[in-house]
Order: sequence, then C-alpha cells, then structure tokens
Amino acid sequence: MAASTLERPLAARPSTWFVWAGMTAFGVFLLGILLAVVVDSFGRQWFDTWFPEGLTTERYAEAWDRFALGEVVGVTVGVALLVVVISVLVGVPAAYVLARRDFPGKRAVMLLFLLPVLMPPITYGIPLATVMYSFGLGRTLTAVVLVNLVPSVPFVILTMTPFIEQINPAIESAARMCGARTRQVFTRILAPLLVPGILAAAILVLVRTVGLFELTFLVSGPGSDTLVVAIYRGMTSAGGGEARQLISAMSVIYTATMLVMLVVALRFVNPTQLVAQVKETRDD
Amino acid sequence: MSDFESLELRGVGRRFGGVDALSGLDLTIKSGEFVALLGPSGCGKSTALNCLAGLLPLTHGEILLDGRRIDTLPPERRGFGMVFQSYALFPHLSVEKNVAFGLQMQGLPRAEIDSRVREAISLVKLGEHAKKLPGQLSGGQQQRVAIARAVVLEPSLVLMDEPLSNLDAKLRLDMRTEIRRLHQSLGLTTIYVTHDQEEALSLADRLVVMREGRVQQVGTPDELYESPTSWYVADFMGYRNILPATVVSTSAGEAVVELPGTAGGGDGARLTGRAVGGLAAGDDVRVAIRPEDFVLVSSGVSAGSPTGRAAGSIPGAVSVVEYHGREHAVGVQTGDTMLHARTPAAPQVGAPVSLTAPVERVLVFPEALDAVVPQEVAA
Amino acid sequence: MSGVGQQRATASLRHRLAERGVDAALLLLVPGLVVALALFVYPFSYGIGLTIQPTAAMQEQWGGGIFANYVAFFSDPFVFDSVGLTMRLALPAALFNVLASVPVAMVLRHRFRGKRLLTSLLVLPITLGTVLTAQGLLIFAGRQGWLNRTLLEIGLIDEPLQLVNNYLGVMFSLVITGFPFAFLLISSYLSGIDPSLEQAAKTLGAGWWQRFRRIVLPLLAPGLATTFVLTFVLAFSVFPSARLVGDAMGETRVMSLMAFRAFGEQNDYAMASTIALMMGAVELIVVVAVLGLRSLLYRGTTGGKG
Repeated sequence: MAASTLERPLAARPSTWFVWAGMTAFGVFLLGILLAVVVDSFGRQWFDTWFPEGLTTERYAEAWDRFALGEVVGVTVGVALLVVVISVLVGVPAAYVLARRDFPGKRAVMLLFLLPVLMPPITYGIPLATVMYSFGLGRTLTAVVLVNLVPSVPFVILTMTPFIEQINPAIESAARMCGARTRQVFTRILAPLLVPGILAAAILVLVRTVGLFELTFLVSGPGSDTLVVAIYRGMTSAGGGEARQLISAMSVIYTATMLVMLVVALRFVNPTQLVAQVKETRDD
Repeated sequence: MSDFESLELRGVGRRFGGVDALSGLDLTIKSGEFVALLGPSGCGKSTALNCLAGLLPLTHGEILLDGRRIDTLPPERRGFGMVFQSYALFPHLSVEKNVAFGLQMQGLPRAEIDSRVREAISLVKLGEHAKKLPGQLSGGQQQRVAIARAVVLEPSLVLMDEPLSNLDAKLRLDMRTEIRRLHQSLGLTTIYVTHDQEEALSLADRLVVMREGRVQQVGTPDELYESPTSWYVADFMGYRNILPATVVSTSAGEAVVELPGTAGGGDGARLTGRAVGGLAAGDDVRVAIRPEDFVLVSSGVSAGSPTGRAAGSIPGAVSVVEYHGREHAVGVQTGDTMLHARTPAAPQVGAPVSLTAPVERVLVFPEALDAVVPQEVAA
Repeated sequence: MSGVGQQRATASLRHRLAERGVDAALLLLVPGLVVALALFVYPFSYGIGLTIQPTAAMQEQWGGGIFANYVAFFSDPFVFDSVGLTMRLALPAALFNVLASVPVAMVLRHRFRGKRLLTSLLVLPITLGTVLTAQGLLIFAGRQGWLNRTLLEIGLIDEPLQLVNNYLGVMFSLVITGFPFAFLLISSYLSGIDPSLEQAAKTLGAGWWQRFRRIVLPLLAPGLATTFVLTFVLAFSVFPSARLVGDAMGETRVMSLMAFRAFGEQNDYAMASTIALMMGAVELIVVVAVLGLRSLLYRGTTGGKG
C-alpha cells in the first residue's frame, strides 16, 4: 500500500484524466438533478427562466396537507423498521446455519434464497400481489410488510453468510469448552461479534425498503402507501399529474429522510470497506 | 487438580461422509499423564481431540471417564479445558474477561472469580496486560491467555490442539517449557496434538503416533525413539534416511539387504541391520538410519570407527555440507539417492567417501504399513 | 438389555444423521424457509397456475385454449415488442455501468485526499431512488432545464435537445441509479485482489497496461460477470423511470409496464402473471448465459487475505 501511495498515479496518465472527466460529468448530472428538484420545491413559479420567480416554503405545507404526508412518512418509517427487524430475526439464524453447516440439500436452499434477489421484482411481485388480494390483504399494511420481506430476508442471509463464515468457528468451540450452553454461546459470544454485520445489513435493508417501489406499489393503497409510491401516484395521477412543485417538495422530503438514514449508516460502516472491515476484525 | 483415575477410549471412530477420519482408537490415559498425539496433517489426531472434547460426535466407540460414559455429553458438560491452534480468544472481551468467561458460566460468586482470574493471569505472567483486548497482544501472549482461560477452570483434562504451531521458532521453545512447567506444577492431565516430533518427544510422557486415522504405535518417547515398530514411525522419529531395499538373507533377528538406489557392486550396496517384524529373503523392505548413526569414512582414512559391528558400507561422494554449530550435516550422493549424515569435521564437497553404521542402528522394516499390528507398549 | 439396545440404535441414528450434518441447529433455518416458501414459492407456483387459466375474452380473441395467454404474449405485437424494447435498454445500460465502473474503481483504489467524499458522492444516488431521479431529470434535462440552457448559452446547440420523455431519458436514469451500485460491487472485488500481485508483476517488468490486462483483469473477470448480472437485473425491471422519464407507449414500453397494465388497469391477473413470468424467463436466459461464460473464467483465489 505504501508503494502505491508514493507512486501518485492520479496525475500521471491520460487514462486517469479520462476517468476524472467522466466522473465530473456524472457529478454535474447528479448535482443538477438534485439542485433542480430542491430549487423547484422552493420556487413560486418557474417556467422559462434560469431561476424561479420568487421563493417560498408554502409548497411544503401544501404538499404535506394534500398528500397526507404525516401519515405517509409514518407508514414509510414504520414499514421499514418492521421489515428490518423481521428480516434480521429470520435471516441471521438462517445465515448462521448456511455459514457453519454442511447438510444434504444445502445447495437447493441457497438457490431458494438467491432466486428472489436475481429475479425481477415484478416477476414474483405480480403473482404475490394476486395472492395478497385473494387473501383479502390488498392495500393493507400487512401486505406491504410481507411483500417487502421477500427480497429483504434473502438479502440479509446473503450478506450475513460470508460475514459469519469469517468468524473463526473455534471461538464458538472455545466458549463451549468454557462451559457455555448453546444459548449462552449465542448471547455472550456470537451476538456481540455479529453486531457490526447485522448493523450493516439492517441499514442496507432499511434503505432498500424505503426506496423499493415496484413491490410496494403492487399491494399498497391509501393508508398504506410509502413515500416513493405516493410520489409516483402524484406524478402519474389523472389529468397530467399534480403541480410540479408539490412533487418536488415531496421528493425533497423523501431524499432528506433517506439522507438522514444514510448519514447515520455511514457513521457505522464504510460500504466499500464492508468486506475489508470484517477481515480486520478477524485478524485481531 | 485432576480428579479422576483414568480416561478410556474404546474403539473410538469418526466418519466424514463415508471416509474414516479416525477409526478404532483405543487408549487409556491415567491421571497426571502428558500424552501427545503425533502425526502429519490429516492423520486423524485433531479429529481424535475434537471427539474427546465433544466438539465432534463419535460415529463409533465410546469414551469412559472412570468407567462412566461421557461420549454422549455435550462439550460444556464434560469439564475439559481446551487450547486451540488459532487461540480462539473472544475478540470483544479483555484478557481478564476471556479468562473469567468459563467461571461466569459456572455461576461462581464474583469475589471468587476475581481472585481466580488474577491468579491464572499471573500464572501465565500477563498481569500488566489484563485489561487489554486480544487484538493488542502478540501471538505468544495470546496463547498464554488461551492457556490461562483453559486452566482457570481446573479441568480434569486439558486438550491442546497444536498450540505452538502459529508461533515463531524461539517463542515456540519458550512456550514449550512453559507448558511443561504448568502441567507439572498444576498437576494437570494433558493431551497434546502436534505434528512436530521434537515437541512431542520433549513434552510428553507417552506418544501416540497416528497415520490415516489409525494408531501406528504407542509408547514412551524413549521407546519410540529407540525402537520404532514401522518405518513410518521411524520416519517421524528422526530416521531421515528411509531407503527401499530387498532382503537377501535373514538370521537371528538380523537381515542382510540390498539397496538398489545406491552405488556399490551389482544391485547396490549391501547392509546388515536389525530386522523389525518377521522378514524373509526376497521381501521388499525399508531400511531406516539416523543421520547421526552414520559414520563417514573418507577415501580410506577412517574418521572414526562405528561402535560395535559395522553393517557394511555405502560408497558415495559428498555433495552438500551444512554448518550446524558443533557439527555438520552432510549430504552424500550415492547412485540416485542422497544420504544424510552428520560429522564433527566438514568434509570437502566432491570428496569420495563411504558411509557405515553399527548393525543395531540399522533398522529393517517390512515395506507394507498395514501389516503392522498397532501394539501398546506398557507405560 | 433391550433398553440398552434401543439406546444404541437411537444413538447410532443420531450419529448417522450428525455425520451428514443433520442436527438440531438446522431448526434455525426454519423461519427463513417458511418466509421463502410462503411468500415466494407458493405465490410463484400459484402464478404459474394462473397463466393457464386465461379469461374468456382472451381465449376468444387469441385461441389456444388454456394457453391463450401465451399465444397472446407471442402474437400481440403491442405486448411482444416490449421484450426487445426492454433488452434494448437493459443490456447497454448494464454493460455501460460495469465497464465505466472498472476504471473509476481502479483510480479510487489508491489512497488520496477526499477519497471518502468522492465515494460518498458516488453513493448518493442510492438515496435518491428512481422516482426522485425521474423528477430531477425532468426538470434538469427538460427543454427549459439548466442543461439545455447551458448548452444553448455556450452555443453548442441551436435548439433544445429532447433528452427526456424518450429512450435517452430512461438510459440516463438507469446509469444514474445503476452506476453507483456497479461501482460499489467492483470496488469490493478489486479490494480482494492482493496488491502484491501487481507489485510482483511490476518487478517482472510489466507496464501498467500489461499489469491490468494480464493480472488484474483475469482475476476481476468473474466479479465483473457477477456485477453485470446484478446490474442487469436492476435495469431489466425498470418500471417507474420508463413511465416517468420515458415514452411509456412508445420506445420505452418495457415488459414491466405491460405486466402492470394487465394487472392494475385491466385487472387480468392471469395475463399479468404470464407477462411477469415471461419477464423472468427472458432475464433468466441472459443471466444463465453470462454465468455460463463466467464459469469458463478463472475461479480460484484472488490472493487477498482470507
């Protein structure tokens, strides 16, 4: 690592400049998109000019009332937390077994958990939504939570399995040799070691669930819409959609919610180093 | 500390998906003994230890502690202590808390836990590191913590799974002494798994040499060192020259063999050696000779004569000389075989020499290992 | 005596099961399996059953008896063309995201000031989500948006470019949401390659291109294939952006829109399931093809720790 730091490859080659140019373009697009929405949400009127004529915060109040955003935000956060808790409770024990045991049919089980991640959500979402409606669960919170579990549980399993594999199994054996029963091995030894991994997985599930549109959209309705779905409905409702500024205000609220969660998340884990950190923990 | 008379393994075996990792292990361990299981990786020694610990269920046989069956008990109820190759310290707990963990599991009063933990930590000389996390300690220190964690419970049996293999050479020697000291001063009963014959010979009261899941020989270090019962055990005990040969004739516990890979008249040099096991003329055998038992005779001038009757001699030429302090390790090329010998004076590379050894230090074993009946030599 | 025998028999059964890895710990798998079976396998099989129960109207219009839905899928150009339209979006988008991520990840692999900030910037779009990206694109890249204004101002163009409500708009949206994802995955694959391998190559006289071509690329290739698959899956199920920044009845009439039209607007659950299933089948073909290629590549260790 020291050698590559000294080498300073950043300024050297044309290829590097090419990369930076591409990333600048990406950054410009990204910031443009973000700023455009933010500026629009505070604009009184914005048509054929560089900036809106006059600024206001009224759009937020208006959007809040019009779309019952208090309820929508509540539903969004509530659903996300429930999905996180259930996926972790269900996923982590399964990941433990898959990481530690070899048993007949293990490959089939792995495939079963891999499929929902690999398949387009609509493919299983539509049959799933049909089943939900036929059970009378259509447009309920229960249905929204249940459909969100389908990708989330496998997601927790797939991220936690390698994490658990990297914890030396001899540590568990050592705890047993010290007289710990199965429950004590889990609560006193495994749980504290798994916390960083669980936290990372939980945060990613949270972000995914808040952002997941397709599945939620298929089964939600008034009273069970999450923020993304409410925005989509606002943009596509009959008559050319709601006033653009209202949608922008709602989008800003959505991004702010997401950003807060991600900032909290990044305090715990650096996503590019997720794998590396686990290794460091084990090297200790 | 050990509160039992004897631990008995009867026909203990373990299969993994149709393959015997361990089979038919019979062993009786008396209280206070230090027993080493010795063999290369994959020989079943770690499997045996894990079966004893309860970490692996047996597929055959039973384990009895003073006649009471314990192989159905889970590991946490056997009351054994274990030291792992990878230390397996709890990375989130300080040294103190690692050592205290087992005592807490027994639900002992706080005051007693504290005093016993302090005692155990000072026993392994880690008093000043008690508050540190395992990640802040060196490998040797971590291994001391692991040992303290195992012995603080005053286990009836301490199991050690290659505890020194992750340490560097010098530290390994220090820790070896340390382990022997603890074993004696605490009156432990210890079962020690290793692939290092030197470690096993220096530590153990009794050695169990294993191969492919089966016991090859059991005995005291002295017995195994002097009288291995197969060339496989001999190989492990420092008989570095293991040469394929054919029996020419046998008489009174001795065999004359021909070494086809060596230079010498006709079909290679002839040696006379001590026959181990029944041999007949024409049998394929292996001849085992330690480097230090070879005597190097250089171009007619004897550097020293073998004590006792000479077994014959093998002509060759010096090809490698390594300096080893007081003596030199010499590689002698003969035919397409390299022989290893030791001499006090360094011979010239390329010098023609011949090697000889006393008859009783040349061991002749049957080629086939399966023919060897594992025999337990009384301790 | 028989009691002892019985105990032995059960013990040996337990041993035999334990030998194959079956014991009480497997119970931990049960909740996960229940979720997968109840919420994935059952609805999925139910959906397959639905596809062969077409509505009377469908049977009348397309024939084919119980397979009317499939007949409709393949013979109704309005529906069937969506397969090609989806692929035309998803394949280039996934390919671009993967190929663009490699140089960026290579550059960001080294330590430099502001790396964390830059990484955070790249991860930002994940918080935006498809819907907000769509809204932002409509405003930013619209006919009167900042992008067109700037280009007009500096004289690169004479009249505003049509960048949204068409194929291009959806492509932008797919890159903005898909690129960070591909970048994160490739970065973590790259960090798994032992840097000393490259240093070894350097001591053997390899230039940077040779090092990349002969050392890094072969080790990275399986990771690239996996990333491609996952990015493709994301792009393939594009739904909100195709509707919001695309041309939903024209060149971005993707399969998921068709499926949702049947589900939400026509309430024909059988046809909706058929389209959804065909979507899965098309995707599966691509995934299997890519993974098949991957299995031909190097699969051993990448020399990283662990």
